[in-house]
Amino acid sequence: MALINESFFSAEGLEKRLAGKKFWKVMMTEYWIPKDINFLWALGVVLATTFSILIISGIFLLMYYKPDTALAFDSVNYTIMQEVKFGWLFRHMHGVAASVVFLIIYIHMFTGIYYGSYKKGREMIWISGMLLFVTFSAEGFSGYMLPWGQMSYWAAAVITNLFAGGSLEAWGLVEWIRGGFTVGDATLTRFFMLHVFLIPLVIIGVIVLHFYTLRIPHVNNQDSDDIDYDAEAEKYLSGNKRESKVIPFWPVFLSKDFAVLGIFLIFYFYLVFFNYNFAMDPVNFDPANSMKTPAHIYPEWYFLWSYETLRGPFFDMLGMKAGDIGLIIFALAQVIFVVFPFLDKDPEVLPAHKRPKFFIWFWVMIIDLLVLSVYGKLPPTGANAWVGFFATGLFLLLWASLPFITKSDAKARGAL
Amino acid sequence: MRELKILGILVFFTGVLYWGVEPFAHSQMHKHVEPADFSFKDVDGLHGARGNAINGKELVTSNCTACHGLKVEGMPAPMDDASAAAAYGVTPPDLSTAGYLYDENYLAAFIKDPAKAALVAHKMVDGKTHPMPGYSWMQPQEIADIVAYLQSIAPKEMTNKEVFVDACQRCHGAKYGDFRFDGTKSSMAAKTPDANIKEYMGTVPPDLSQMIRSRGHEYLEEFINEPGKHLEGTAMPRVGLKKEAQEQVVSYLEEIGDSSKDKRAEYGPKFLGYLVIFALFAWLWKAKIWREVH
Repeated sequence: MALINESFFSAEGLEKRLAGKKFWKVMMTEYWIPKDINFLWALGVVLATTFSILIISGIFLLMYYKPDTALAFDSVNYTIMQEVKFGWLFRHMHGVAASVVFLIIYIHMFTGIYYGSYKKGREMIWISGMLLFVTFSAEGFSGYMLPWGQMSYWAAAVITNLFAGGSLEAWGLVEWIRGGFTVGDATLTRFFMLHVFLIPLVIIGVIVLHFYTLRIPHVNNQDSDDIDYDAEAEKYLSGNKRESKVIPFWPVFLSKDFAVLGIFLIFYFYLVFFNYNFAMDPVNFDPANSMKTPAHIYPEWYFLWSYETLRGPFFDMLGMKAGDIGLIIFALAQVIFVVFPFLDKDPEVLPAHKRPKFFIWFWVMIIDLLVLSVYGKLPPTGANAWVGFFATGLFLLLWASLPFITKSDAKARGAL
Repeated sequence: MRELKILGILVFFTGVLYWGVEPFAHSQMHKHVEPADFSFKDVDGLHGARGNAINGKELVTSNCTACHGLKVEGMPAPMDDASAAAAYGVTPPDLSTAGYLYDENYLAAFIKDPAKAALVAHKMVDGKTHPMPGYSWMQPQEIADIVAYLQSIAPKEMTNKEVFVDACQRCHGAKYGDFRFDGTKSSMAAKTPDANIKEYMGTVPPDLSQMIRSRGHEYLEEFINEPGKHLEGTAMPRVGLKKEAQEQVVSYLEEIGDSSKDKRAEYGPKFLGYLVIFALFAWLWKAKIWREVH
């Protein structure tokens, strides 16, 4: 190590020790992003901001929340909501952000699918992103339990009970997760630990991984154009900014992100103040009662589509019990998106509108997920059960057809 | 243009999803009921009879005060809450404010046949009877006199909390109205002990602290007016509150259960106003920066 003689207490000395300018250059002013992008490319920063809102509001809630079945409900609904100054605001911000973050995650995810940003070098971006989806889901589920309302309790009872399916029961998995035979105080306290410590820690780690995985293959662009980053960066740095196909992360890319963020925050705070019931279900303002099952039990909206794949097969078939088939499809639905890059057999990276069959696949998938979500909330009776059944069937069919559809597009284009 | 098209698609699909899982799904899950009826058309009421308060006073003194207090006339309840609950199943109300709280036709019908007017006849089976005996043996004019008397002694104004206490608190607690962190008994706990009311009703009536958030205005208005419309077979009686008194009950529930409502209304526009300005400057800055690269 070269000894540094400049004083520690000088800007120059600090710069020598930390190389802040170099760091800023590598991370910001010479981190290259394609210029051919639209506002969907800003959703990463929107997500990072929403996650920050969740952490900050969560810290404030943590100061008054009590993870004890006898105290939890009142600590949230009385102490935080009525007594603590701006407690209501932090709770509404937290609850609404937890819901909205999934809307943005889904849009971000399907942006990636639409533009083919998960393949040919970008697989790690996709996989780390899906890891974030899974960890956010765990974070959402564990957090929903904390107010200890009726929905907290019954969603916890129903979802943890999934781990009692088939031979899982013999292993005592569900008791291990709950910390007892029923959902109770031990369950609440351990989910509290998961929600405020372990899962956030993992999420922060995976976010760092997600950013890191972007660095080498670079962000995709609207035409999925293969850019020579070294050449284009040189153009930009030599002053040829208009011709260069790239822009630096700071200030050009982030200036657009902030503009999009401004619009997003208007939408978000509108929900926080004026339309929050979708994220803070009224049923959950009834205290948890293990003796009284609510008339309708349903998860938060962002879990509805996968919940419906669980309920979809509502009768025994193929020599299996309906519940077991549902559980298998449900488990599959949780992880199937991870392997997207390996099911896409098209050797080229192209946006969906340049892949005619995949384009149809994409929109049918979106519509199917919407149908699954809506019917995941409705009572599964009569015709509703059949809609759920066929939508679940279509969901499986879409995945099974993906390799063939992508291959067929490539063949028609002459790429295979 | 392309960005607007993408935004349009996003807004469309998000809107469809929202509509499907919120208004549509809830309309499927919760049945629509007729709006609240504050005229109590179905009850066997006064039929236009006008009563005489002076006769009414005599009738009340000889027929009602054995069980009911009349504080406004200097007559306290004959028993304390717990003993009365043990004797009758539920603590009988003081009648001082009945004329303020209850619709006159309902009140007349209730005096004649409490279980029928309160729509709890289905619970009075297997030897169970309503704690208050019916007075259908009285002349219709005498019933009208009682109602006239109760109206004559009723206060002209009551606070939201007083209405709640007299109309609801015999069965329901509202602990957020007087929250005790130390576990001591809240002054807003139900007056009838849980064990007695459970014996009488078959269930412990819920604490109402968060009903404004869990049920909302519309449901509460329909439900309090006629509980059976939303909850078939419920033990909760129709209590016959006048429109104004019922609105005071709902207002009280809002004061204790959604005390940040005014703050939301105050800060919401301020936050949004600030963010509109932020978004405006952010777009201007973005436009300036991107002018150099386009």
